[in-house]
Amino acid sequence: MHNSDGSNTAVTVRAYHAPQSVSAATALLAQGETAVIAGGTDLVPQQRTGSGTWQPVLVSIRRIKALRGVREQAGQLWLGPLTTVSELSCDPLIARYAPVLARAADCFASSQIRNAATLGGNICNASPAGDLLVPLMLLDAEVELSCSRDGVISMRCLPIEEFLVGPGSTQRQPAELLTGIRLPLVDAARIFVFEKFGTRPALDIATVSVGLLAVAAGDCLQQVRVALGAVAPVVLRARAAEAVLEGRRLDNEAITAAVAAALAEINPIDDVRASGWYRSELVCNLLTRVLRNAVAA
Amino acid sequence: MPLLHEIGFVLNGSPIRLSVPVTMTVLEMLRGPLNLTGTKYGCGEGECGACTVLVDGLSLNACILLAVECDGREITSIEGLAADPAAAGLRRAFVEAGAVQCGFCTPGMVVQGKYLLDTRPGADRAAIARGLEGNLCRCTGYRKVVDAIERAGTTPAEVADD
Repeated sequence: MHNSDGSNTAVTVRAYHAPQSVSAATALLAQGETAVIAGGTDLVPQQRTGSGTWQPVLVSIRRIKALRGVREQAGQLWLGPLTTVSELSCDPLIARYAPVLARAADCFASSQIRNAATLGGNICNASPAGDLLVPLMLLDAEVELSCSRDGVISMRCLPIEEFLVGPGSTQRQPAELLTGIRLPLVDAARIFVFEKFGTRPALDIATVSVGLLAVAAGDCLQQVRVALGAVAPVVLRARAAEAVLEGRRLDNEAITAAVAAALAEINPIDDVRASGWYRSELVCNLLTRVLRNAVAA
Repeated sequence: MPLLHEIGFVLNGSPIRLSVPVTMTVLEMLRGPLNLTGTKYGCGEGECGACTVLVDGLSLNACILLAVECDGREITSIEGLAADPAAAGLRRAFVEAGAVQCGFCTPGMVVQGKYLLDTRPGADRAAIARGLEGNLCRCTGYRKVVDAIERAGTTPAEVADD
């Protein structure tokens, strides 16, 4: 990799490990200087483009069976971080309890990438445009972080909203491994929408993404949740917009007020995909359309 | 000198043991030490699908898959499909549909086509087109590729011999 001053900061990988248990993996992470690899669909190209570097110790977690699977557990839906995006889009438990997550998984990159990319990887990569982060924010997901100290594994659990700190930055400490994702078990019929704007349907990083989750009650929405991607350093819950919409008749006035509230909550930047101004226009148009469709549905 | 790691895997039906640099991709391994150049280097970042291979039956981009991550797995490249009687109908359909222009994207298209036929038999044209969303053809000849995969999916196996 080259820095802006032209110096080469390539890191030589001096050890590769593929542990089969969480205890073995966290023991390796405790020693420091590690990079965790799962699907590799972010990590490997980031080395190519120079937006990331290897660490001296590469820890592959793909052999850890305890990090796979989707199940109901202690009144929650538990998702293994190694669940691939392809698996998310066709899992029956996710279809029942978190269809908005399946919908976002279906919009994710391409068939080949979906077969490799993992839920945990998309979370830890912490892209402001991360497709799966929008539904996880809507669903109030929690992440389990495990670490090993003197051979004893301890776990902490954080709301996804707290976990995500900034572009590529999370609350995960270098010694910690993401070992699970928890979703509340909500079986009630909810309106769910995930819309992503890009220049083509596939293999595009969202210019802006919008998610909506709500319960329809007559011509009102209740338990309204709105999440917005690629308009701030992290995927956002638009809580002011949610408050405007909660329990209110979803007429043009309410929609206009909700969009105005959302526009005050975002902080979009100019980059290669769009200007900040254009992103604001997209939020306005997409959110208006999503809410109008919610009334029609 | 990069760190070497010994891996064992099945490539196109044959077991292989090989020491590879830990950061070498499957694409570099296939085209380099294994001298199988059917799998193409297009973009190098998982955007174009020219390097598509099957790993344990899943289609993956070989350019962003580390070779060490294939230890214990089964890889099928375009060379494997070229010799596979079960892929004869697909090969013939690409020829008959004229689904090849410059040919650079073709190996990836054929491998992805095999994955589609294996995982979604009877897929309609819309599903086939969606399944090819990760494969770019810069001659823009997508229509005939969809024709070929649709034809391969509907042609009875007994008339599909080469």
